[in-house]
Amino acid sequence: MIRWLKKSYIAVILLVMYAPIALLMIFSFNANRLPVWKGFTLDWYTKMFNDAGIQQAFMYTLLIALVSSLCATVIGTFAAMGIHRMRGWQKKCVLYVTYIPLLSPDIVIGISLMMLFSVIKLPFGLPTLIISHITFSIPYVILSVMPRLQQMNYNLYEAALDLGATPGYAFKKVIFPEIMPGVIAGTFIAFTLSIDDFVVSFFNKGAGVDTLPIKIYSMARKGVNPTINAISTLMFTTIIVVLVATNLKASRKAKDTNR
Amino acid sequence: MNKKSLAIPYLIWSALFIIVPLLLIVYFSFFQEGQFSFQSYQKFLEPYYIKALWRSVQLAFFSTVICLIVAYPLAMLLSGKEMSNKQVVLLLVILPMWMNSLLRTYAWASLLENTGVINSLLQGIGLPTIKFLYGDKAVIFGMVYNFFPFMVLPIYNALCKIDPHLVEASYDLGANKVTTFRKVILPLSMPGVVTGIVMVFMPALTTFLITRLLGGGKVMLIGNIIEEQFTRTRDLSFGSAISMILMVLVLLALTFLGKKDSLDGKGGGLF
Amino acid sequence: MKKLIKVGLPLALAGVLVLSLVGCGGANESSSSGNEKVVVYNWGDYIDPDVNAEFTKETGIKVVYSEYANNEEMYATVEPGNVNYDILIPSDYMIEKMINNDMLAPMDTSKIPNYTKIDERFKGLPFDKEDKYSVPYMWGTVGIVYNKTMVDEPVDSWDILWDEKYDDKIFMYDSERDSIMVALKKLGYSMNTRDPKELEEAKNLLIKQAPLVLAYVGDEGKGKMVNGEAALMIAWAGDAMVMMDQNPDLDFAIPKEGSNYFVDSIVIHKDAKNKEAAYKYIDFLCRPDIAARNAEYIGYSTPISEARELLPEEIKNSPVAYPDEAITSADNMEMFNDPSDVIELYSDLWTQVKASNQ
Repeated sequence: MIRWLKKSYIAVILLVMYAPIALLMIFSFNANRLPVWKGFTLDWYTKMFNDAGIQQAFMYTLLIALVSSLCATVIGTFAAMGIHRMRGWQKKCVLYVTYIPLLSPDIVIGISLMMLFSVIKLPFGLPTLIISHITFSIPYVILSVMPRLQQMNYNLYEAALDLGATPGYAFKKVIFPEIMPGVIAGTFIAFTLSIDDFVVSFFNKGAGVDTLPIKIYSMARKGVNPTINAISTLMFTTIIVVLVATNLKASRKAKDTNR
Repeated sequence: MNKKSLAIPYLIWSALFIIVPLLLIVYFSFFQEGQFSFQSYQKFLEPYYIKALWRSVQLAFFSTVICLIVAYPLAMLLSGKEMSNKQVVLLLVILPMWMNSLLRTYAWASLLENTGVINSLLQGIGLPTIKFLYGDKAVIFGMVYNFFPFMVLPIYNALCKIDPHLVEASYDLGANKVTTFRKVILPLSMPGVVTGIVMVFMPALTTFLITRLLGGGKVMLIGNIIEEQFTRTRDLSFGSAISMILMVLVLLALTFLGKKDSLDGKGGGLF
Repeated sequence: MKKLIKVGLPLALAGVLVLSLVGCGGANESSSSGNEKVVVYNWGDYIDPDVNAEFTKETGIKVVYSEYANNEEMYATVEPGNVNYDILIPSDYMIEKMINNDMLAPMDTSKIPNYTKIDERFKGLPFDKEDKYSVPYMWGTVGIVYNKTMVDEPVDSWDILWDEKYDDKIFMYDSERDSIMVALKKLGYSMNTRDPKELEEAKNLLIKQAPLVLAYVGDEGKGKMVNGEAALMIAWAGDAMVMMDQNPDLDFAIPKEGSNYFVDSIVIHKDAKNKEAAYKYIDFLCRPDIAARNAEYIGYSTPISEARELLPEEIKNSPVAYPDEAITSADNMEMFNDPSDVIELYSDLWTQVKASNQ
């Protein structure tokens, strides 16, 4: 009974999480530009494959998300290790600064970075977009990695050094495996925030560099074009399929080892 | 190796891209056309701005509480031993965030409307329809929906880190389930809860899209006012002043809420 | 957690997979020949998606294309000055503002052979009286879309939006300017009034109306209107056409007190680097067949009669998309002008209207 309750609790949450996504997917097959069902069509998919603008936006979205989340991870992970060694007011100051992007409304981050870039005359484009995404992602990486460092047994690292390991080697063999889950989680969050960001991106984009969220938002006057639903559906299904496939493989492997 | 130096790239980065822009915002909030003045801060004292701020705090507070109430049991279930495939379920909870949030909010706006899918279903099984949309309820729902994963993750992480021996010891010493939860599990998961609260409360406090789409533009929150100042009205000074006020208030609240623990990054964290 | 990673990593790979899958088309696009290019900044979804590629094919000039959601956001991103857009397509009042702030380059219409195709009545418009800076792209009127099954009286006045019969059946537009325009027009004032007393009256009227309003909507209102969520909605004629096509119970009316009509025009930025290419692009957009295709895709009205002739019968003869010239040229049909001097007043006023709800 309790087991059943638990299962249905999770099921209800997942149902709510996926209801709008299901609707979006359904409307990608709708023979109507407005979100009112009219009939089945694959038109939006054909249009998507012919629309260079949407494809380009999609590419930029993924490119920016990949580059910015990786950069944020590297900078953020090292930062977390550095901050971890700090003490007292020094540590507190750095952490407060780290919290600023978390505490500012997106639009303030976007506008203030835009003002900075225009003061230093950095032309808007891919670089400004990536810089701004890295900036709002780093705090999340730091906050994911810090707790891992706190938990880690520092003596292990010292022991490795005593046994003659170089600091780099000791880092690779001792520290890195310990903090890995936090690092991956940080990358994941950074990536997620980046592909969904509209506000910061809009103010720091340059000519010809629109991301998918910018495109979606800029359709506010005419209504979201279902080609957007089509490309989102395609992306989302690919993710789910890969997820299921790897998971099946993993569980089969687990079974094999059990045997 | 002086490990503090590892943070240097980040320190340079944050000086350039966090501190300098922040200073620009501070500057703009005090200077109007080159003239120093408190005018923008004074303007905020008008009753309707204070009202909008209070309203935002209320709505963000309710959505955070609801998120917490729904997310905590889920995180407990997922961190429990008996759940199989829990990492898949956890991923399934996070994955919707890879679908554009604007699109998802649009979708909710059409699911919840009077003639929408949900009300048609209700009608189909003979129940009265419900007016979900436009107003506080819909906005709170939208906030809970959008920021829910940010509550689940840190709590899940904190719960996973609890040493099972502590829980066993509690049982061995005669504590029942409720006492164990109250005295052992809950306090140990607090850092995760605090992180979750911050990560839900902050975006909920400053959102403007959810209010616009699900609130039918009838709810004016502080996020909408800031957005309006920066885009339509182009009153950078007033927009900056509001965001400075907001930031200071939140920092004060945070210091109070987490004492100093949450900011030390002890145990809390996202994962 | 470790398993989470095992599942998480392939996801990143999946992303790359989709990228390469969908991306191949886009990559070809950008590698078109020649160095010549034109940088265009336009409203979202405000051009037939094939037109840019065709332009490149015909002229060899690459189109670097970006989009914005509204005039104000466009202005906010162009103002800092370190972005180089050649062509922008703002609305009337925004063009006036940009002219006032010296952000536009004079337009040499002799370099646009198709400029002569533009109807005379779209020349010498109030925001650019000498046609020095702008070439009209699309135009339209604002009116009321209503559902005939819910409204049985004739709709000919803004008054109906204050009728308590339609409590919770009214969609207003979520924009301070358009809402204040409606209130001012209902009061019989000019929608460009600067008189604080008149604006105060408009504010009180909107506050009075607020409880009757179901929602202040943007584009999402269109689908809702088709579904019968509300009885009345403020809409642009082009959008009204789309809605009426979906639901025959809907109709459109321009109130007798007058309304707003807008023109979105093509302008060249002062710092444009590719002026010659820009002229070619503008000329391309003014070519009747291209203008017709854009008008059909967007649903708004074209200022080029020859293009209108190429449109499907039901559009070109529609009194909604192409109302009688007598209506659009009436004195009470106005265009917005540069609001810079009253924008703060508008914003305060709108905040108060919205706050009255709470």
